[in-house]
Amino acid sequence: MNFIKLLDNLSNQEFLNSKGSRRDSFKQFGKTGKNIALASIPFALAATSSKAKAATASMSAAAFQATPSEVLNFALTLEYLERNFYQIAMDTDGLIPEADRAVFGQILKHESSHVEFFKAAVEGLGEEPIPEPTFDFTGGDLMLDTFENYATFMALSQGFEDTGVRAFKGQAGALANDNDLLTFALQVHSVEARHASQVRRMRGQKGWVTGGTAASNGIPSVFDAIYAGEANTVQGGVELAGLFPDFGGPQAVQEAFDEPLTMDEVLAIGGIFIVS
Amino acid sequence: MKKPVIKVQKKEFAPIENNNSRRQFLKMGSLAVVGSGFLLSCSNDDDFTEPVDPEEVFDLGSGNLGILNYAYALEQLEADFYTKAVAGAYYTGLADDSEEKQIIRDAWYHEVIHREFFKAAISDVAPNDILPELEFDYGSIDFDNRDSVLSTALLLEDTGVSAYNGAGKLIDVTAPLGDVYLLLAGKIVSVEARHAAAFADLINPGTTAFARDGILVDLGGTGLSYDKALPPSEVIAAAGGFITTEFTANQLPTS
Repeated sequence: MNFIKLLDNLSNQEFLNSKGSRRDSFKQFGKTGKNIALASIPFALAATSSKAKAATASMSAAAFQATPSEVLNFALTLEYLERNFYQIAMDTDGLIPEADRAVFGQILKHESSHVEFFKAAVEGLGEEPIPEPTFDFTGGDLMLDTFENYATFMALSQGFEDTGVRAFKGQAGALANDNDLLTFALQVHSVEARHASQVRRMRGQKGWVTGGTAASNGIPSVFDAIYAGEANTVQGGVELAGLFPDFGGPQAVQEAFDEPLTMDEVLAIGGIFIVS
Repeated sequence: MKKPVIKVQKKEFAPIENNNSRRQFLKMGSLAVVGSGFLLSCSNDDDFTEPVDPEEVFDLGSGNLGILNYAYALEQLEADFYTKAVAGAYYTGLADDSEEKQIIRDAWYHEVIHREFFKAAISDVAPNDILPELEFDYGSIDFDNRDSVLSTALLLEDTGVSAYNGAGKLIDVTAPLGDVYLLLAGKIVSVEARHAAAFADLINPGTTAFARDGILVDLGGTGLSYDKALPPSEVIAAAGGFITTEFTANQLPTS
């Protein structure tokens, strides 16, 4: 796995030496199970229990650990991955059927813009944008036939877009103190969701995430991490699953809310395709 | 249809102190799914401690409460629209197993869930200051007509996306539950965007409509690759034509 390499790419001495260093942040983000548990702390409950209050405070702290430039470089990494992926696909003769090229051409255009935007945004903070990683979309040992089999390409496309939605959502809190950056990230976030909806539907899936596993979302189970936690039906402290029997029940409740992923969860997914 | 309840926003948004808040939240959620449709009758009125003055117009309020009420207004509109859409001849005439019917039905479910969720969330922290149930008028929109329903659905979903994108920065994350509200807005806005893409593609299948240049904006000269982020004033001006219940938004945060 290339996760460590990716972390190294994201790291630099300046941050390692500063308070709340990137490496520390990643270590803390690494306690995945804990973060997932905290993320589901009910807000109504939080008000009535001091223990829950502390947990809510921890959740805030976790959400605020990454600095804005770290978040932007993280976003840039994802956008590099997507741009590279769609560029190769569009350049591969015979992969994308003529009827679908308009869609993927539009998505490529957006991901290319996003790369340029996040590069400029990092520079705008006086930081150095991370260089583009080297990607391997066969996933190394997975030996995926990504650019030979349209079905594989489409499945990965869906996975990347759904992951992108979750990744940006997971960083909203870390950008909350910068109105401009938060808004820019939201403006990218919803475009990723448009892409995800379109690709999912082209694959015969619902445009919205149906909870469940990778398999139930139509992609190989090796990518379970992409949909882990999406089946959540507890929002704002209330179990909603049983409250809407006449409106689609628990399935519709799952679909009605997209769930975030932490930075390390996203990098673990993206890292599968990053060589260096 | 119940007559709109009109009252004046007076209280500042306060942190939850009521030990019964969770129970209340659950109660609201349960009530919401009892009976036909989502007409809550007048059960809410018991919570109002001050006499209602019909001359005074409801204001969405300030701070995070104002933003929650603002989102609740938009979700009421969307949910009401789909509730009417699924009663129309266009929807009922679709084949039960068609994707088109599934998309509209799911959007209806999701928006009803969003609406009831906001109702419960606001009732939990500010039961006396929740936006009343609004009434709507869709003018010339023909719920029996495919083009009319789909184009209006797309308009509402695109508006919802730009509204949540613009509201994110208005949420005060230093206030109680502020970070939770911001995340919830993020959880909902991407579902609105998924809806918007699906409706756009139903209207113009297989094209760039799902994320078309005409709805996206440029950032920093990098291209038309970003959804809009609109302030409440613009959103209310755009969606307000459908809302017949008068309310004001005089105290919403602007940054």
